[in-house]
Amino acid sequence: MEKGTLIKVGMADLKAASYPNILTTLGLGSCVGIALYDSCTKTIGLAHVMLPSSQQARNNSNLAKFADTAIAKLLKEMENLGARRGNIVAKLAGGAQMFNFSETSDMLRIGTRNVIAAKECLKELNIPIVAEDTGGNFGRTIELYSDGGILLVKTIGHGSKEI
Amino acid sequence: MAMSIDDLNNFHIDVFREIANIGSGNAATALAKMLNKKVDMDVPKVKVLEFKDVTEILGGAEVIVAGILLKVTGDLTGNMMFIMEKNSAHMLVNMLMGRSCTVDELADEFSEIEISALKEIGNILASSYLSALTSLTGLRILPSVPDMAIDMAGAIISVPAIQFGKLGDTVLYIETEFNEDDKKVVGSFFLIPDVESYDILLKSLGVIS
Repeated sequence: MEKGTLIKVGMADLKAASYPNILTTLGLGSCVGIALYDSCTKTIGLAHVMLPSSQQARNNSNLAKFADTAIAKLLKEMENLGARRGNIVAKLAGGAQMFNFSETSDMLRIGTRNVIAAKECLKELNIPIVAEDTGGNFGRTIELYSDGGILLVKTIGHGSKEI
Repeated sequence: MAMSIDDLNNFHIDVFREIANIGSGNAATALAKMLNKKVDMDVPKVKVLEFKDVTEILGGAEVIVAGILLKVTGDLTGNMMFIMEKNSAHMLVNMLMGRSCTVDELADEFSEIEISALKEIGNILASSYLSALTSLTGLRILPSVPDMAIDMAGAIISVPAIQFGKLGDTVLYIETEFNEDDKKVVGSFFLIPDVESYDILLKSLGVIS
């Protein structure tokens, strides 16, 4: 196997890459990591989204910040690298609730809302979700491998796993 | 008109720096009383950061930090967060408990009593910060009982970052450094007023009319 470059995706950021590269995003909390993979062309895409919907925001110029706009943009970037939409599957990670307040205001349940929004958006686009590691109250670092589309989820004190 | 961090000019940043200075000064005094020791404080750094840079502030997104979050209610609503790197948190607890040990001797995990002590420290620091803000502005500002999480910096910081994300594409970040003798405790405050509260805050200070 060729050795790929590890490409970092920041907060409110997204990137697409080809084989043999690896995409990673560090310290996902309530944000959601949306990992897309085309097994035929081995094209991968990763978005680190902060908020569910661009519709509710006053400033929605950063497309990578919202689940809805980030997925659309990421698909386009992957298609530019040769991916075919019909082959693309998705994996989700993140969407934790880092702090436990007894009164659960909307703001603090943002992790759950991010996951729901990502799922709805993927469903609309007919992209199947093949795996997920979401929720909980801990942070996650994820690595998406173009070789096999494996998503490695690392945590502090909650082990690591491949999904 | 509601403003966002993106619209802040240098003058506003100076105002926030001054708020931070007074707030952190008050917090340092509270800490000194708690420890019964002299605590020095550096002039806080106030920065407006982009999301991609914000997780790097404490040394990287995967650095383990302790974050203490309080909800703020009253005339001003929003959240307040105090974050410190794990070693700083250990140091602070040891100072509070009168234990002397160097960083490399520090245990990895926090015991229940240490977590409880840290929450209390966070509570006192944040409350004294807010009480300075109250005397400065005349606004009624009430902090909630704090909650604490120990995890990757990126994951903890995502909580205030998301709040800022609703308003704009930048984060207002205040770094405060406390020193007791040669022990350095570096902490960051995030004061995250709700959208409407920015105007209230700046109006109460006579910055905007």
